[in-house]
Amino acid sequence: MSMTMAEKIMAKASGKKETKAGEIVIANIDVAMTHDLTGPLSVKSFNKIEVDKVWDPEKIVILFDHQVPADSLDAAQNHIMMREFVEKQDITNFYDVKEGVCHQVLPEKGHIVPGEVVVGTDSHTCTHGALGAFSTGIGSTDMAMVFATGKLWFKIPETIKFDIQGNLKDYVYAKDVILHIIGKIGADGATYKACEFAGETTKKMSVSERMVLCNMAIEMGGKTGLVEPDEKTVNYLKDRTNREYGILKTDLDAESLDTMQIYVDDLEPQIACPHNVDNVKSISEVEGTNIDQVFLGSCTNGRLEDLRTAAKIVKGNQISDKVRMLVIPASREIYLQAMDEGLLRTFAESGALVCNPCCGPCLGGHIGLIGPGEVSLSTSNRNFQGRQGSPDAEVYLSSAAVAAASALKGVITHPRI
Amino acid sequence: MKDKIEGKVWKFGDDIDTDIIIPGRYLVLTDENELAKHAMEGVDPEFHRKAQDGDIILAGKNFGCGSSREHAPIALKAVGISAVVAESFARIFYRNAINVGLPLLESEKILSQFNQGDKIELYTDKGILENERTGEEYEIKKLPEFMLEILDKGGLILYLKEKLKEEM
Repeated sequence: MSMTMAEKIMAKASGKKETKAGEIVIANIDVAMTHDLTGPLSVKSFNKIEVDKVWDPEKIVILFDHQVPADSLDAAQNHIMMREFVEKQDITNFYDVKEGVCHQVLPEKGHIVPGEVVVGTDSHTCTHGALGAFSTGIGSTDMAMVFATGKLWFKIPETIKFDIQGNLKDYVYAKDVILHIIGKIGADGATYKACEFAGETTKKMSVSERMVLCNMAIEMGGKTGLVEPDEKTVNYLKDRTNREYGILKTDLDAESLDTMQIYVDDLEPQIACPHNVDNVKSISEVEGTNIDQVFLGSCTNGRLEDLRTAAKIVKGNQISDKVRMLVIPASREIYLQAMDEGLLRTFAESGALVCNPCCGPCLGGHIGLIGPGEVSLSTSNRNFQGRQGSPDAEVYLSSAAVAAASALKGVITHPRI
Repeated sequence: MKDKIEGKVWKFGDDIDTDIIIPGRYLVLTDENELAKHAMEGVDPEFHRKAQDGDIILAGKNFGCGSSREHAPIALKAVGISAVVAESFARIFYRNAINVGLPLLESEKILSQFNQGDKIELYTDKGILENERTGEEYEIKKLPEFMLEILDKGGLILYLKEKLKEEM
């Protein structure tokens, strides 16, 4: 039977020859990730099940990224609780405060390979589909069940394939493509669907850019992002893991496959306006909007390419006196590389704050909160009301290039300045 | 889950996201009573004072979109919400709510049929809901059998404990 990539991965994980969208299966989990913010509830739920040991300590990855270093006694207490759990359960894949954002660290450290099932107590776990894994966000109670049994039920999703065609103009990036798609189909346009990104434009993209696309699948309701693994995937994995993997691909005649054509030749930089990610406009409609803070970072756009792009724009210039700019590399690896390339120096010289790898202002619960009436321009993935602090503040989302250009001018600005 | 749930309606619109239900700065909390104090704070900081035990949230499409934070359904349940009725739900929130034992029910085009404060009666076994003020009845989508079973046990943990016991 012809199947989609999502159906094939799920068939393998549930020990079946074939599965079909709509069917409910019990799948074996290959990687289970939790972090400092949703981990404590997961552990609390796990303890209630009254099972002594987790199913497989080597398949669990725990890291701290949302509140690092601890910014309150509550956060410190949560960290202590998670460290005790790690020790008691002999969890070897543990990254304390120093490594960075989970969705960057997991692939960097070789935890993600194609064809596997990855779950994480974070909705942006869908990022890992960029390497061809079925990867999805779950809640803490579901995670407790995974900790106890190594299994979880899934309804096999249908697949929307975004066939992206065309050449991106200068100053237009993967972020603009995904914002354009979300604006087109809406915040619930892909509810419970696997979002497979394909087409010539996707094939030309680096693994990092593909991560940007998959990262935001959840912002249209997607169950997972997916990109068919190719030579770029294999090269990315080569230096990071020795684990064996197989490559599964979508059959073009799969029954549950729906294809949407996306043409990007004429695409301008895209901006998601307050307070919904699908409220997307071309930059020309919002140029000149005043901003108070710029956040360059997150699991969407805190990668080396983003830092390079932004540094090129701010180099030799000063950030507007009206704006605070926070630069947060997504991982220690990126931080070190950016340091070697002189990017961190460029940002600091321009007047930006360079912070340790973490989620930063994205979730409005750690550093860089914005106050009533303030406006943030952010390279992250959500602009919900109150997302980065006060419910009376506003958040706009953009690429790294728009963020950098806007930081210099103090207003939303096209990066071609 | 009880066959009949009734309560006063709190109306909200489309795309009520998890940052509205429980803002990110409170995720450091794990105690349900503390979380309850911030339920729906993103749109109404006084909600926890106004909401009474048994009240029902009625919303438009895509309720619970955004984060995987289970703090969201926990906060709603702890503030006394007995069920959420919406035109559609985001999927992670949907699973989380069932897992913590908060009933969710889907009914098409339901939002405009109610005023704030109307009394709603949910007949989960018959698959209908009623607006007490107008006497009108509307269809509710039925939950899959195993989800009903999870709700009956009071959530996934209690359900799982029983299953594990059966296996032993």
